Amino acid sequence: MRRTVKLAAVVLSGSLGIASLAACGAKSTDTTSAGSSGGSGIKVGMAYDVGGRGDQGFNDSAAAGLDKAKTDFGIQTTEAEAKTGEADSDKQTRLETLVTAGYNPIIAVGFVYQAAVEKVAKEHPNTKFAIIDSDSPTQPSNVTSLEFTEQQSSYLAGIAAASKTKTKHVGFIGGVQSELIKKFEAGYRAGVASVDSSISVDVTYLTTPPDFSGFSDPAKGKEAAQGQLDKNDDVIYAAAGASGTGAIQAVASKPGAWVIGVDTDQAKQPALAKYQGSILTSALKNVNTAVYAYIQSVKNNAPLTGVQRFDLKSGGVGLATTGGHIDDLKAKLDAATQQITSGAITVPTAPTGG
Amino acid sequence: MTTTQPAAKRGFLQRIDRERLILGLAAPVLAVVISVLICSVLLLTSGKNPIDAFHIMTNYASASDGQVSILNKATTYYLAGVAVAFGFRMNLFNIGADGQYRLAALFAAYVGGVVNLPSFIEIPLLLIVAMLVGGLWAAIAGILKVTRGVSEVISTIMLNAITTGVIGVLLVPGIFAPGNAGGVSNSVQTKLMAPSSDFFSITTQGGSLYGFIIIAVIVGVAFQLVLSRTRFGFDLRATGRSESAAGASGVNVKRMVLTSMCVSGALAGLIGMPDLLTNSHYFGQNFQPGLGFTGIAIALLGRNTPIGIGFAALLWAFLDATAVMLPLQGNFPPEIVNVMQGTIVICVVVAYELVRRYGLKRQQQKVGAQLAAQAASAEKKEVAA
Repeated sequence: MRRTVKLAAVVLSGSLGIASLAACGAKSTDTTSAGSSGGSGIKVGMAYDVGGRGDQGFNDSAAAGLDKAKTDFGIQTTEAEAKTGEADSDKQTRLETLVTAGYNPIIAVGFVYQAAVEKVAKEHPNTKFAIIDSDSPTQPSNVTSLEFTEQQSSYLAGIAAASKTKTKHVGFIGGVQSELIKKFEAGYRAGVASVDSSISVDVTYLTTPPDFSGFSDPAKGKEAAQGQLDKNDDVIYAAAGASGTGAIQAVASKPGAWVIGVDTDQAKQPALAKYQGSILTSALKNVNTAVYAYIQSVKNNAPLTGVQRFDLKSGGVGLATTGGHIDDLKAKLDAATQQITSGAITVPTAPTGG
Repeated sequence: MTTTQPAAKRGFLQRIDRERLILGLAAPVLAVVISVLICSVLLLTSGKNPIDAFHIMTNYASASDGQVSILNKATTYYLAGVAVAFGFRMNLFNIGADGQYRLAALFAAYVGGVVNLPSFIEIPLLLIVAMLVGGLWAAIAGILKVTRGVSEVISTIMLNAITTGVIGVLLVPGIFAPGNAGGVSNSVQTKLMAPSSDFFSITTQGGSLYGFIIIAVIVGVAFQLVLSRTRFGFDLRATGRSESAAGASGVNVKRMVLTSMCVSGALAGLIGMPDLLTNSHYFGQNFQPGLGFTGIAIALLGRNTPIGIGFAALLWAFLDATAVMLPLQGNFPPEIVNVMQGTIVICVVVAYELVRRYGLKRQQQKVGAQLAAQAASAEKKEVAA
C-alpha cells in the first residue's frame, strides 16, 4: 500500500508542478506590440466558421466583402478558420489572439461564435466586434450583430416558385432544422401561399441539430430532391448550404423542373454553371455587403452598432436574375418587393406548419 | 507492470527494467518523429517552411497562456482517455464514449439550470448526474452484449448516432432549452446553470486553469489503484487476457462486462464536465463533439496505463492548442495538426508492434545465450570430470 501512496504523491505533485510552471513565464502575446492601430490603417481580423475561405457559400461571401474592403480602403487583414469539432475555448483563443495582435474590428462569421465573442468582447471593451447571423440580449455594446431578413428573399422565391409550378406541388429542402433555416421555410411558404394557397409545399430537412452535416452533404441533398421530384414537385428551393449542390444536380436531370439556389448566385458558380438552365433563381444573402458596410462604417469612425438587419430595402437580401428565367415575373416580384419594403406585408419568421 | 519481479527488496532504480523502459518509450517517440517528418514533407511540398510552423507551436507552448490552454485541454482529454482505457483493459471496446459524454453533459447542464443548491452539494450532484447518465447509456450496450451477444463495438456506434438524435429531440425550445426569449441567436442552448455550479479555477498569469485537473488526477490514481490493488481490478485484467480462463477460475464474466461497461460510461460522463462547470455553463449546439474518439486515440497512445494516458493527453492537447496559432501567426493551415495526430496514431500502432517483436527477439537471444552458456559450462564440467 505504501507504494501506491507514493505513486499518488508523485502524480499529484507532478501535475501541480506543471500547473505552477504555467503560472510563471511570459504570455505568448507579450512580445507582439498590441493595440498599435493608430493612423489611417485599420487592421481587420476575420474568424470564419468551419470551411473558411473557399467553401463556395457563406464564408466565401464574407471573404468577398473583406477583399473588396481591402482593395477599396487599403486595410490590413488576417484570417483564420474554425476546425471541425473544436472546443469553444479554441474560438476564444482565436479571438483573443486577434485582439492582442491589435486587430480592431474583429468579424466573427457564424452563430457558433456567439458565446466566444461575448466573453472576449467583455474583457476587451475597446475592441469592436461584429458577429454574423446571431445576437443575444446579453452581448456587450462593443458587439455588433449583422443579420439578414432571409424570410423576405425566401418570400420572393416562393412567389417565383408558385408562378412557375405546373403540378401545383413545390418543395423546400432545409439543410439543418435550425431556427435560421426555419426563417427560410416560413418566408417561402408565405410567398407560395400569396400566389395560390392551394399549392402544396413539401418540406424536407436533411438533419436536425446538433447534427450539422446537413449543410455539407451533397449526397443527402440529392436524395431529398429526388424524393420530392418523385412526389411530383416541379420547383424545389434548396436552402442547404453545400448540400444544395446535390439537389441542383438531381433537379437538373429532370427536364421541366426548376431549382432555386441560396446565399450566393448559384448559377454563376463555376461548378454549377452547367446546370444554369435549371436554376430558376437564387435567394441571395449578401454577407459580403454586410461585411463591407461594417468595415466602411468603422473606417468612417461611425461604426454600426447593436443589431443591424440587412433587408430587401438595403440590398442585403434579394433574388438573382442570372439566366433570365424570372424576367417574365418581374412585375409581380417588383410589386411584392414594394409591399415588403413599404411594410404593407410582414413576412413571418417562423413556419406556421401545414 | 505484469513482470514477475522477484520479491527481493531492491532499490527503486534497480527495480525498473532499463531495457523495458527504453523499449516502451521507443514506440511513441518513433511515432512522433515519423509524423513530424511526414508533416514537414507536406508543408515543404506546399511551399511552406516547416521549421517556422514548429517554431510557432513550441513558442506558444512555452508561453504561460499556451500552457494553461494545453493543461485545460489535457484535463478533458485525460478523462476521455481513462474512460475508454477502462474498457480496453478488459478487451471491451467502448466506442460509445462520444455519445455517453454528450448525453451526460446535456442532462447535467439541464439539472444545473433547474436546481440551485449550495456549491458543495450542487457540484457533486451534477457530477453524479453526469456519471449516472453516462453509465446508464453505456449499460444499454452492456446489457445487449451480456444477454444477446451483440458486439459492443456495433451497439455503441449505433448508440452514438442515437445520442445525436436524442439530443436533437430534447434540445429544442420548450423542453431542455428555454423558449426563445429575446435575441434571434440561431444557437439553441440550455438555461445558464446556477452560479453555485461553478467549479473553482486557479487564476494564473496565463489565464484561468481548470480546477478540474485535480479531479482528473484523482480519477487517474483511482484507476491505477482499482486495477492493481483490488480483486475487481484483477478480475478485470484476467478477463481482458482470456475470458474463458477467467471464467474457469471463477470470474463471473457477464457481470464483469456489464460492470466495466457502466464504469467506462460513468467515467465518460465526466468528459464534458471541465468545460461545462468552469467555462461554458450551458449545453448548446456548439458543445464540442468527438471527444470520445479523441479518447480512443489517447488511450491507444498511452497504452491504457494512467501515466501513459497522461503523457498522451498532454501531447494531444499541445497539438490541438497550438494549432489555433498556426493560421494567425504564419498563415499555416491548422489541418497539418490533424495530419500529425492521424499519423501519430497509425505510427504508434505500427511502432508498438515493431518494438514488441524486437523485444521478443532480444529476449529469445538473451535466453538462448544464457542456455548456450549453461550448456557450455556443463560440457566443460563433463570434460573436466
